[in-house]
Amino acid sequence: MHEDKAQPTDVPMNKQVKKGVTKLVVTVFAMFAFGFALVPLYDVFCDITGLNGKTSDTAATYNADGIDTSRTIKVQFISRTAQGAAWQFKPEMNSIEVHPGEMKFVKFYAKNETGQHGVAQAVPSVSPGLAANYFQKIECFCFNQQPLQASEGAWLPLQFYVDPELPEEFTEITLSYTLYDITASTPSSLESD
Amino acid sequence: MTTATDTIDAHDEHHDHKMTGIKRWLYTTNHKDIGTLYLWFSFIMLLTGGAMAMVIRAELFQPGLQIIEPDFFNQMTTVHGLIMVFGAIMPAFTGLANWMLPMMIGAPDMALPRLNNWSFWILPFAFGILLSSLFMEGGGPNFGWTFYAPLSTTYSNGSTAFFVFAVHIMGISSIMGAINIVVTIMNLRAPGMTYMKMPLFVWTFFITAYLLIAVMPVLAGTVTMVLTDTYFGTDFFNAAGGGDPVMFQHIFWFFGHPEVYIMILPAFGIVSTIIPAFARKQLFGYSSMVYATSSIAFLSFIVWAHHMFTTGMPLAGELFFMYCTMLIAVPTGVKVFNWVATMWKGSMTFETPMLFSIAFVILFTIGGFSGLMLAMTPVDFQYHDTYFVVAHFHYVLVTGSLFSIYAAAYYWLPKWTGHMYSEKLGRFHFWCSLISVNLLFFPMHFLGLAGMPRRIPDYALQFADFNKWVSIGGFAFGLSQLIFLVLVIKCIRGGEKAPAKPWDGAEGLEWEVPSPAPYHTFSTPPEIK
Repeated sequence: MHEDKAQPTDVPMNKQVKKGVTKLVVTVFAMFAFGFALVPLYDVFCDITGLNGKTSDTAATYNADGIDTSRTIKVQFISRTAQGAAWQFKPEMNSIEVHPGEMKFVKFYAKNETGQHGVAQAVPSVSPGLAANYFQKIECFCFNQQPLQASEGAWLPLQFYVDPELPEEFTEITLSYTLYDITASTPSSLESD
Repeated sequence: MTTATDTIDAHDEHHDHKMTGIKRWLYTTNHKDIGTLYLWFSFIMLLTGGAMAMVIRAELFQPGLQIIEPDFFNQMTTVHGLIMVFGAIMPAFTGLANWMLPMMIGAPDMALPRLNNWSFWILPFAFGILLSSLFMEGGGPNFGWTFYAPLSTTYSNGSTAFFVFAVHIMGISSIMGAINIVVTIMNLRAPGMTYMKMPLFVWTFFITAYLLIAVMPVLAGTVTMVLTDTYFGTDFFNAAGGGDPVMFQHIFWFFGHPEVYIMILPAFGIVSTIIPAFARKQLFGYSSMVYATSSIAFLSFIVWAHHMFTTGMPLAGELFFMYCTMLIAVPTGVKVFNWVATMWKGSMTFETPMLFSIAFVILFTIGGFSGLMLAMTPVDFQYHDTYFVVAHFHYVLVTGSLFSIYAAAYYWLPKWTGHMYSEKLGRFHFWCSLISVNLLFFPMHFLGLAGMPRRIPDYALQFADFNKWVSIGGFAFGLSQLIFLVLVIKCIRGGEKAPAKPWDGAEGLEWEVPSPAPYHTFSTPPEIK
């Protein structure tokens, strides 16, 4: 943007104009960067507030002090496969009742029905979103990708507890998993497993 | 002023007409030429996007699928939206800014004339790219003008790259135009024209330019993320890879909401110029207008998620965005009351620019009210993605922005062409447009309330009657715009000679130069008292 070389009309390209243009161009680049900065900001924001029902993607350690038997929380399981994923995917039970602080172990069954080797990734989501921060997974198949041979099935483990700090208004938590077929975007090293 | 005008004329003779034919337009750095190019371009785009709307309405004339395939229908709704937003409304405003801003502030030209040439001439390429994708195998973009991921990423038909590059070029063009407007207003005002003496038209373009500079880069970032998600394996919006499709909506609407004010604030400026001229009174509450415009611009940054009430936000978020959105009604109300107060007890006459302006005030307010209804979270769950939304944003964009652009065109046509336009044809255009536009968009409210979803090529039988009326209104409105084309061509070719100031209530520096405005104006800045 070198407007200073030759002015085709009678408008002098004075210092002030140059300064103004520089500032505005910097603003433009800053806002472009801000657009990308929104990505990590969004994640941090959701992490702190638990707004979008995202759960942690790393294993939690059990650190609740005791089981709160005065409350019972109904945890529902929903499983679905994303469009285009020819996999079978279902929980062993539709729901389970837990006391806050109580550890539970649930299995999900996945079967590759594509007829060839494939890799799948399950993505969890908790509803209501604000309960997500209190839903702690000690072990979850969603932490890893799941490679399966053609027509191979497997029981995938999930171990969790509900934090006793969970606010009183929550009596039901829905844990939903969506299984994506990510074979195409997986490096071949994983496929050879 | 006579002496100043004389020098301008003398100056004109030896400086003018260096180039003729196509070169004049290709190489021009004159703000008036570029303004003209922008205005013609936006009108061509209006007709192009309008033709797509005709296809949509023809398909929706009766239930069932009769004319086009659903996929092509989706391409039509998508490209219609993109063309109208980025090709018709925004360039028309930039064209008006180019033509009028330097004359209104007493500047000889825009501050960056070459940049100005460039920002116009990349636009035809942007729309060339976008439109060409319609003729390619697989078709053009079909994911809606809002290009929600994963529709535009995982499930796109291969047109995403064309779409993204087109949007990049449009964005660069808008940003350059906006930078030009800001530095022009900041540096080239005639001596004595303080900020609070600027015409409101100038103020609204000043604020709009800032909005553009703030949010167009965010749009560029969004489309870039869509591009890399689609073709380069990133996972910004791909849940399978740890991304989040809802985040797309947040980033998009962070751009998208200020964008809607980019398309309406200049309209406020236009109407605030025209109503005082034909009511023959000063604009009521000038400074409150300036502050109202600024507060709307500020608020536009903190209301984006009202487009996303149904994504499962927590209650606190929904309440926050609901209240902030409703807050916008306050400065907007200030404006509407100021326009009405300006007309109150004025000696009004009803030439075409005034007719369009009054229609703007009434119909934009209807659009504003339906916007308030949509702002209420609980009812938004019912209205979301129905024809009620379509009715709302067409009331603010067609009877709002577009009508204001027509008002501006009629108001300044004598200044641009040197001839009076045919008042008879103008009124004919106005009344045809007014009646057909309401037939077109008003029943959409009822369709939406009854549950007809938007962007679907077929509908349930109970919506048939209203849709028929809407389509008839649509065809009539489309045809009515050709009257304007005829009127403008006639006005350019001849007609009653226009005086320097054809409207006796009009104020502003642009009326102090002769009509048509000479190629170079205000080479020596005027004196502002």
